[in-house]
Amino acid sequence: MKEKDLLDDLGSIKNIMERSTKFISLSGLSGVMAGVYALIGAGYAFTVLQNGKSSGPDHSYREEVIIPLVFTGVAVLVLSVSTGIWLTIRKARRKGLSVWNPVSKALLVSGGIPLVTGGLFVIILLLHHHFGIISAACLIFYGLALVSASHHTFGDVKWLGIFEVLIGLAALAKPGYGFLLWVLGFGVMHILYGAIMHFKYDREVSA
Amino acid sequence: MKLALDNFDKAFENRIRLQAMSVLVANDSYDFNSLKELLDVTDGNLASHLKALEKEEYITVIKSFLGRKPNTRYQATKAGIAAFKKHLEALENLIKQQK
Repeated sequence: MKEKDLLDDLGSIKNIMERSTKFISLSGLSGVMAGVYALIGAGYAFTVLQNGKSSGPDHSYREEVIIPLVFTGVAVLVLSVSTGIWLTIRKARRKGLSVWNPVSKALLVSGGIPLVTGGLFVIILLLHHHFGIISAACLIFYGLALVSASHHTFGDVKWLGIFEVLIGLAALAKPGYGFLLWVLGFGVMHILYGAIMHFKYDREVSA
Repeated sequence: MKLALDNFDKAFENRIRLQAMSVLVANDSYDFNSLKELLDVTDGNLASHLKALEKEEYITVIKSFLGRKPNTRYQATKAGIAAFKKHLEALENLIKQQK
């Protein structure tokens, strides 16, 4: 037994253990794209809100603005998720790894439970016209989903999740800032996080 | 250098066997196909190494069906996990000795 063999053995154990428990094909770039979509969506939502201000003295909005806002939110979600899936598959193929394996399944289940719960929660809020806390609910449930999913992927995802939860709680505490904090949580945070992930992990692959 | 080899587990001498065991220690259980993909080995190769680990009673096999497809899962036994830990310690000690 030579020392190099021993170190190789230990190295391969560490590598295999990590790959068997963590999904490392998540693309950082998809985070950036999700943030960009969120900002574009928010820009459009802002014009809807500007046009939808009621003439009353309380600065409230007419309820008609809700429908375009919901559509914008759903469009941002669908675009982000499909870009994320596409870029992740691409990254996995490049590395010669599979996308559908026990780890990615565990990732989807652990992230999916809080995420679907949050989605239903928000739909129920919409049906009951509790519009004020929707942006907070989106941020909080999304953050919890990230924290839960992070056990099966890069640890950095956990920090993004914790920040989303904190921003969500801030949105709940400061009702008037819901829109602004939504932009911060889904737009700015995603771009920041995606860029960090891209430079930290993705670049090594192409190099 | 020979003294530390006493703790060296012959069952883990092979790299693939060692890797397969490390996956099973890190996870509750793992299925054959995913294991094959992860370790990048052929069916026959993996099967023979898993058989060897099974013979040592370091792992157990759980056979079931997913619809009509057979699904074979593997799980590390307590003895297997203990042996793996001991083997890792032996590896570390060897490295320390050589320094």
